[in-house]
Amino acid sequence: MADNRRNTSVTMRTPRARVKGLGASGHGAGHFWQQRLTAAANAPLMLGFIVIVAMMANRPYPEAVALMSHPLVALLLILAVISVTLHMRIGMQVVIEDYVHSKGLKLVSLFANNAYAVVVAVACLYAILRVSLGKLV
Amino acid sequence: MAPTVRPTVAPPLSPHLQIYRWTWTMAMSVFHRVTGTALYGGTALVAIWLVALASGPAAYGWVAWFFGSIVGKLVLFVYTWILMHHMLGGLRHFIWDFGYGFDREQRMGLARATLIGSVILTVLIWALALILR
Repeated sequence: MADNRRNTSVTMRTPRARVKGLGASGHGAGHFWQQRLTAAANAPLMLGFIVIVAMMANRPYPEAVALMSHPLVALLLILAVISVTLHMRIGMQVVIEDYVHSKGLKLVSLFANNAYAVVVAVACLYAILRVSLGKLV
Repeated sequence: MAPTVRPTVAPPLSPHLQIYRWTWTMAMSVFHRVTGTALYGGTALVAIWLVALASGPAAYGWVAWFFGSIVGKLVLFVYTWILMHHMLGGLRHFIWDFGYGFDREQRMGLARATLIGSVILTVLIWALALILR
């Protein structure tokens, strides 16, 4: 938990406890790490994604579904969607925190950012599962 | 003690982008953020594509038609370039995270490599895709 009181000088909490509380922002370096872990995962996953998109070009519907139903393709896409949406959510949060200064608008923007990331992630994951497990063709 | 009247002077603003001379490193830093924002919006296209595939042949036909058109291909080509640029920009940040590449020459070299490398990778990907299909 973050220590958000105005005056932190009168406290029974030790400096170590405050540090363990991860400082003023409340989540310390967590986002920094998550951004780099997802970035490292994104590079190979998106190169795989490009190969899949290229292979999907000009395929009639049944063959497109067949390719997307392949377990390796579906698993790679699922991993890519998870990693990319986590990465873009943090990235946009940094942009919002840098440029949106009004407190209300910032809250709305951060909420919209989270909502967008969740909608994109859930839509993609549902579609991948439906195509690979739904026996569409 | 009488209240002192505070002079009404506009507070100084910290200098922002527009007063600096553009440099390679600055341009690539700005471009990393711009490409990230573009990719953020681009994920909606991926979602539409996947949902269309899950919806059936009719919906997929429309999406496939769009991405097969001139405009759609242009979108995909620019998308590829933006993705490659953001990826190389991210690798540049990894190099810095490990404490390397901070000398003036290295900074400039990495910034140029990001732009040139992204163009080369994009052309390579499309050339391979067109040759191998």
